[in-house]
Amino acid sequence: MPVEVDTGLATLSDQLVLATVLLYVFAMVGYALELGFGRAAASTAAPARELASVGGGTAVADAPPPGPAAAAPGWPDRAGTVALWLSWLGWAANLGCILTRGLAVGRWPWGNMYEFVVAMAFAAMTAFLLMQLRYPVRFLGAFVSVATTLGMGFAVRYLHVQAGPVVPALNSYWVGIHVSAAIIASGLFILGGVSGILYLFRGERPGRLPSRVELERIAHRATVIGFPIWTFAVIAGAMWADKAWGRYWGWDPKEVWAFITWIAYAAYLHARATAGWRGRAAVIVQIVAFGCLLFNLIGVNMFLGGLHSYADVPPG
Amino acid sequence: MKATDDTKARPAADADTPRRRPAGLGVQAWLRWFWRTLTSMRTALILLLLFALGSVPGSIFPQRGVEPGKVAEIFKNDPSYAAWLDRFWLFDVFQAPWFAAIYLLLFLSLIGCVIPRTGVYLRELRRKPPAAPRNLARLPLNASFEDDTPVEAVSAKVAAKLRARRFRVATGPGWVAAEKGYLKETGNLLFHVSLLALLVAVGAGALLGYRGNVLVVEGNGFANTVAAYDRYIPGFQVSAESLEPFSFQLEDLQVSYVATGGKRGQVLDFLAKLKVHDSPEAPARDYPLRVNEPLEVNGTQTYLIGNGYAPTFTVVDGNGDVAFEGPVTCLPETVSTFASECTIKVPDAKPKQLGLSIRFLPTTMRRQDGVLVSTFPGALLPTAQVRAFAGDLGLRSGIPQSVYLFDPEKLKKMEPLVMAADPLEVGQSLELPGGNGKVTFTGVKEWITLQIAYDPARLPALLAAGGAVIGLVFALTIRRRRVWVRVAEAAGGGSTVVEVGGLTRTEGGDAGFAEEFADIVKALGATSAGVNDAR
Ligand code: HEM
Repeated sequence: MPVEVDTGLATLSDQLVLATVLLYVFAMVGYALELGFGRAAASTAAPARELASVGGGTAVADAPPPGPAAAAPGWPDRAGTVALWLSWLGWAANLGCILTRGLAVGRWPWGNMYEFVVAMAFAAMTAFLLMQLRYPVRFLGAFVSVATTLGMGFAVRYLHVQAGPVVPALNSYWVGIHVSAAIIASGLFILGGVSGILYLFRGERPGRLPSRVELERIAHRATVIGFPIWTFAVIAGAMWADKAWGRYWGWDPKEVWAFITWIAYAAYLHARATAGWRGRAAVIVQIVAFGCLLFNLIGVNMFLGGLHSYADVPPG
Repeated sequence: MKATDDTKARPAADADTPRRRPAGLGVQAWLRWFWRTLTSMRTALILLLLFALGSVPGSIFPQRGVEPGKVAEIFKNDPSYAAWLDRFWLFDVFQAPWFAAIYLLLFLSLIGCVIPRTGVYLRELRRKPPAAPRNLARLPLNASFEDDTPVEAVSAKVAAKLRARRFRVATGPGWVAAEKGYLKETGNLLFHVSLLALLVAVGAGALLGYRGNVLVVEGNGFANTVAAYDRYIPGFQVSAESLEPFSFQLEDLQVSYVATGGKRGQVLDFLAKLKVHDSPEAPARDYPLRVNEPLEVNGTQTYLIGNGYAPTFTVVDGNGDVAFEGPVTCLPETVSTFASECTIKVPDAKPKQLGLSIRFLPTTMRRQDGVLVSTFPGALLPTAQVRAFAGDLGLRSGIPQSVYLFDPEKLKKMEPLVMAADPLEVGQSLELPGGNGKVTFTGVKEWITLQIAYDPARLPALLAAGGAVIGLVFALTIRRRRVWVRVAEAAGGGSTVVEVGGLTRTEGGDAGFAEEFADIVKALGATSAGVNDAR
């Protein structure tokens, strides 16, 4: 039973969280400079939105990657590169703050809302950084940084609680399974949600952001990976509830909203697979699902309560 | 419901084929129209969304099955509003007929979708890949190259190479057709069938299982019979004789708390020491019951869900007889300090019946304004402050009463004996004035509440859920793809022209397939031919 809290590590964790926020903010500025003053990537590679339709299968065209820079990279490009490095640094600080918190209290470091939100921001940033290694999605950096900065800022300002032990219900290896899965899935869904929102704001005209097709593809890809993980999180939750509360499903508010979120994402995947719900309509379904996700992660704890006792939100 | 985008594999009853309402036709046509509409993809989607929407009120309004106290509160504060909510089953959303209607329709729709698709799937499994289209250059992915071996040799080589890549291959004169990725559809069907199985398992659990709650004080026991429960909720198919005949005794409850710092008073661990008999004949075994570690006896689970204090008292009446002796279950006001309210009704006291209203504080401190409070949930300095009343308890009225609380109306009619006495410590007594006897605070015990549940369909439900996840992963990650090859003698003779075309029928799978396609073309023997991405 970990009762002792290593205050040195706990303080280090609190400092690292501030460093993370700062680094993300600087990265955000860098990405924004690149977006604002860089070459309009998508306008040079604007065609390629044809649909090839063969044998009933409809394939959406790949937008070719932006051609190599004709001239030497200008300063906005370099700002983007610096921003990426800052993101990696921030990511490392984020990881450090989670690890030190966990070590300080000798348990999984997602025992309350504060820890949970910090971990989610970490997951979203990880999803972005990994995706960026394989696909040309650096433009997303600005928006993912905004989302993670806001999330972590909110956590630091309104949700922070001292490192400490958790109630017995949370003292279970299921935390490692159920909550970790929920965090990873949430990170991916945040990435997808950010792309979806960009899709809605971006018109059809060529511009600095990548084409809508590209945005929708990113949203879809993130959702496809996140959805099975979310399903697993819900099922693991049910198995834990079976151990902790004596029933595997009891329509507790958190369960209701996990289920609603699940259905909404399932509806999105289905909607996209059938003709007629492509593009805008599908993206709207995806954003509704994202809204349900956010409400489940934050709203349910604050407004609805229920058995999920980790809503350890500081008073006032 | 489908995730593939395949026109040919679609059963006739699909949303995308235009459906005309049958005008003035017979019942049969209407039924067919209804069935087609119900089993269409679009209806399933709408039902799915309705299902989700329908559960929203279940998270907003308190539910009888989960928080009966809050429901009662709404009924007390605003009866007409509550009655309106109740009219729409908003306190029992998940038992409501309209909610049942949604999920029954959804599952009908699922069945209607799964059955024809299974047929199509089984037929497809046995079917060979369709022959190559005439013009491969019109496919989204294509390539061509020349080979200097004769046509037949090339054909055979291509077929072998594709088979080696685990494609399903069919050949014809001058062409090879190959297809791969059937597991996608397998996964899709598995997912939908698993959802159906899950619903059946949930239903079976509700029918064949039971749950109940019971409160047990340290030193007391419980035997698993219907009569022993404080609250017992059986499924329709459960008989009282079928309860697993185990029993146990609560030897001791140990609760540890954080003793210092900002989280002082937070619980660290509950440990209820049980002595269990798995059956009346079985020898006793010790079981340490904890949160997250239920006691299991042949599929019946016992969970620790609550705790509180049960101080013990002895009441001697005016005649000098012991009229009450033992623990009394107190209701905690707040779990952060466990200041609790206890009620003792002593109908056997003579000459007058006695009612005791006791405030129990596990760790007592007197605030500066003189008010007694509890500062810690553990029993460090327990005291009991007794108020006593004499008179008719009104227990014979036949109206059921709470054993834990007094009816304030009844209390008003009784004669107050002691209203403000110093708190008793363990071992101390309080003389009741007017020759009404004596109350002694003899000690402190604790109680636990338990939930006992039997659900024979837990494992099937888990398996169904697992099947759904596996199916989902297959359905989402596997790509259905076709490759066709045409081989023909080159115009000038002497060499063979090999044309390759590729097609994936999966949403979002194109980019990945382009790579695989290029790889295949290379493996088939192309040395320099570039892949043509016609998309
Ligand atoms: C998918 C959406 C869900 C999310 C994001 C979520 C998140 C969480 C979090 C953050 C915790 C607290 C762990 C901690 O703070 O260390 C938790 C605990 C728990 N969850 Fe979930 N959960 C979800 C759905 C579910 C579902 C659907 C169930 C059950 C059917 C469930 C059952 C449990 C149980 C039993 C606990 C134990 C904690 C306690 O007793 O308070 N969860 N969940």
